[in-house]
Amino acid sequence: MNTDKYISNVVKSIPPSGIRKFFDLVTNSKDIISLGVGEPDFVTPWEIRKEGIDALDRGSTTYTSNLGLPELRIAISYFLKTHYNLTYDPEKEIMVTIGASEAIDLALRALLNDGDEVLVPEPSYVSYAPCVTLTRGIPVFVPTDEKNNFIITPDDLKSKITPKTKVLILPYPNNPTGAIMKKEELEEIVNIIIEYDLLVISDEIYSELTYEGRHISIASLPGMKERTILINGFSKAFAMTGWRLGYIAAEHGFIEAMNKIHQYTTICAPITAQYAAIKGIYQCEEDIVKMRETYDKRRKFIVNGFREIGFDCFEPKGAFYIFPSIKKTGMTSQEFCEKLLKEEKVAVVPGDAFGPSGEGFIRVSYAYSIDKIKRALERIKHFAERIL
Amino acid sequence: MDKAIEILDLLCENSRLTEKQIATITGLSEEEVKNTMKSLEDKKVLLKYTTLVDWEKTDREVITALIDVRVAPQQGHGFNKVAHRICQYEEVKSVSLISGTYDLSVEVEGKTMKEIALFVAERLAPIEGVLSTTTHFVLKRYKKDGVFYEEGQNDKRLVVTP
Repeated sequence: MNTDKYISNVVKSIPPSGIRKFFDLVTNSKDIISLGVGEPDFVTPWEIRKEGIDALDRGSTTYTSNLGLPELRIAISYFLKTHYNLTYDPEKEIMVTIGASEAIDLALRALLNDGDEVLVPEPSYVSYAPCVTLTRGIPVFVPTDEKNNFIITPDDLKSKITPKTKVLILPYPNNPTGAIMKKEELEEIVNIIIEYDLLVISDEIYSELTYEGRHISIASLPGMKERTILINGFSKAFAMTGWRLGYIAAEHGFIEAMNKIHQYTTICAPITAQYAAIKGIYQCEEDIVKMRETYDKRRKFIVNGFREIGFDCFEPKGAFYIFPSIKKTGMTSQEFCEKLLKEEKVAVVPGDAFGPSGEGFIRVSYAYSIDKIKRALERIKHFAERIL
Repeated sequence: MDKAIEILDLLCENSRLTEKQIATITGLSEEEVKNTMKSLEDKKVLLKYTTLVDWEKTDREVITALIDVRVAPQQGHGFNKVAHRICQYEEVKSVSLISGTYDLSVEVEGKTMKEIALFVAERLAPIEGVLSTTTHFVLKRYKKDGVFYEEGQNDKRLVVTP
């Protein structure tokens, strides 16, 4: 059957993920060291896993309220207050989702009309633009530059705003660059956001993985709470990727609109994960700190490793990626990654998978043991000696 | 002391890290790392840089036994004298004083079970002050020094994800 003619035009218009292409290539190779993974190498802390098991043991196998378990929303409210000094009413301003991924989709669907423009900084996480397109919005890319530490500057922002611009996606700490936006840097764009009456979808999934200082949420700046759809989740901070649990904090009216979609499309997040997450918030603070400290050690180690080999490497202050430049090799990102994989069996992700301005860079994850990073660096050094 | 502990933690995980690499990770200068390690060695805090080997996967036969030993404490020496005596044997890998039913826990390595059995019968049991021994042979290791021995406990993630 020719299925193609039945597929909707909008789905056909979305390009396949650049990562997917590379994934297929890697899956067919043997004995590789992969630094290509976008999730923690830690197993979920035991207290959380145990609570998941206990929840099943107790027979907690039902739906929950659409917004999520009230106890979990209270816990999230507590977490946002204690970690980022944000005040959200657990009854009206917080909802639990299937990962931050669903949250991104919900926020866009709740806000966009056909043809509304959404500013998407790039390089950034691969889902934003396709989700905008699926919602019949128009993604407008805002390229960020290594010269500016991959942040959005007021000029970048202003140059892309049109009368149709409705939303800015703010993905910091950033995947793939590891960039963060400091308070002063956020303050510089806040005026523009307010002046042009924009909303912000702030994807802060890596917020707990901020090094050399604390994460600042844009929602904590004056006038911004009401304009921000704050997205976060348990995947990165609590090493809970497979549990699929995220949340949104926003004005009641926005939550209501998103919950309308959520109740018809997914009903609720899995109850097991919800119970487990409550435990995580109240009892696993130490684990979070320990994981962050471990990532931080690896971060320094790998940045230094790449620089010593001879690559220019931006110093990331968040997430668990570095984004070294490979421009001096004269190769494209894709060529570099394919050659590195073929000749030295190390998998990293081509930077252009995260947007055109990622060309000339590679994303290297350090969600791996120092030992593994060390071995990978030896191979990369070997590779660089031939091509640099 | 904090920095010293940080260095020790790193070395426990990987004793092959160079001083320069440790300096990068901890943010200390190479000189500081060198001096701290030297001082830790001098104070016998840092005793040895070791490896962890799964001998099962090699051609060499290595049998390990954990032996519980009951000891009659001696006037003025407690268990120390007997413990020191047991430590002298090359086959003995570790000796610890333990609480509970037994007094000493002794880890012994040999090529065969028989070799270990003979060691216990002929060397360990006859030591003056040793009241009894109970030998437990290690049949399979699952985890040691925080490292899983079995396959499949390793990285379960997809190789490349967004």
